Amino acid sequence: MTYTFDFSALLPYWPDFLWGAVLTLQLSAVATVAGFIVGTLCAIGRADGSPVVKAIVAAYVEVIRNTPLLVQVFIIYFGIATLGIRVSANLAAMIALTVNVGAYTCEIVRAGLQSIHRSQVEAAECLGLSKPQIYWHVIVRPAIERVYPSLTSQYVLLMLASSITSQISAEELTAVANRIQSGTFRAFETYIVVGLIYLVLSFVMRGAFTAFAQAAFTRRRKLGTTL
Amino acid sequence: MSPVVKLSNVHKYFGALKVLEGVSFEVERGGVAAVIGQSGSGKSTALRCINALETIQDGTIEVCGHAVGDPKLDRRALRQDVGIVFQSYNLFPHLTVEQNIMLAPTCVKSIGKSEARDLARDVLAQVGLSEKAQQYPEQLSGGQQQRVAIARSLAMQPKLMLFDEVTSALDPQLTGEVLKVMEDLARGGMTMILVTHEMAFARKVASQVIYMHKGQVWETGPGSMLDAPKTPELANFVGSGL
Repeated sequence: MTYTFDFSALLPYWPDFLWGAVLTLQLSAVATVAGFIVGTLCAIGRADGSPVVKAIVAAYVEVIRNTPLLVQVFIIYFGIATLGIRVSANLAAMIALTVNVGAYTCEIVRAGLQSIHRSQVEAAECLGLSKPQIYWHVIVRPAIERVYPSLTSQYVLLMLASSITSQISAEELTAVANRIQSGTFRAFETYIVVGLIYLVLSFVMRGAFTAFAQAAFTRRRKLGTTL
Repeated sequence: MSPVVKLSNVHKYFGALKVLEGVSFEVERGGVAAVIGQSGSGKSTALRCINALETIQDGTIEVCGHAVGDPKLDRRALRQDVGIVFQSYNLFPHLTVEQNIMLAPTCVKSIGKSEARDLARDVLAQVGLSEKAQQYPEQLSGGQQQRVAIARSLAMQPKLMLFDEVTSALDPQLTGEVLKVMEDLARGGMTMILVTHEMAFARKVASQVIYMHKGQVWETGPGSMLDAPKTPELANFVGSGL
């Protein structure tokens, strides 16, 4: 079998690759931040909410974790359209990814919350801290620190999974690749290039997460504990 | 002068298990009460009830003017008057010594950062750990951690300090340094209740010793009562303990 690689056919498309990569990063950044907030609030609700809140969060988490992301993306994209609200494919992709990663974040953060010993909370209560203050200073921050490696993996996974939103023609990297290969008939080369770009994006993301950890988790930085 | 702490006929159950059965005692302003007794005699539970960490089923507890048994109790107000130190220190591991101390004054009393830092410096000097302000708890010995925990409570300027077996996890030398801090506090006029197994310390520092047995105050009196127990249970307890 002989195959002659020809990457030159792709050269004119470099701005498309670049914008695809930028949009993939944008999607991932928004879904990471929003998903983190959603997931953390859900974790607190599941740990400490009323029975109704607990049931709602449990249902959300189980539905999301037990259905395919592609199906979720379709349901959200077409569902919103059916409600008569016009949203772009990119926005629908952002919402779908947020909803998806929020559920996984919830479970990861919940594990972190449960790892905080009851005596820490008791000490904070005895110092007169209010419940929100206790959550912020004594529970959530150390909990996030503990589960940070899992969160990092989850959000990198999210970035890779965002390729699925090409199916609703969100203009991210994989969608760009699909378009380019159908124009150049150089599918193999196109997806090799795209694969390499995803690899670079993963490293960029991991680097960003490490930098954030260095800034946020002062104790680990000062004591030289690895993350 | 009304007592700072007054327990009257306090009953506490954990399910079917009776832990406190009609406990009554009071502590005057500036008094140091040492609560002693075997494990399971209810002494730690009694202490935790004073701080509303446990709810009681019957009787009344009055602490610094707060009716602790009242369902409408403002727990946060109570806890601004009462400091507590635990056997397991319970310092916040992700915060420096100074941040551990500054957290409650800045959050609860809303005082400024620089003022809180001054406060931290003062209380750390009081427990002899001024040079440890920027360290993290895991970098300190057990005795030092416990002294930081005491300093953290003192920073809230409580009217009453509770100590729940604070030296039980420490070797004799570290125990000594923590007890010295507590003795200084007592001399400074702090009202204190301590659950302890340090009989020598109770005899020396306490203005009042409370011996608990089977969820009741079995015998109470000045420190010298440990030398001449009236009840056979206390005689047995101190006899086996020393």
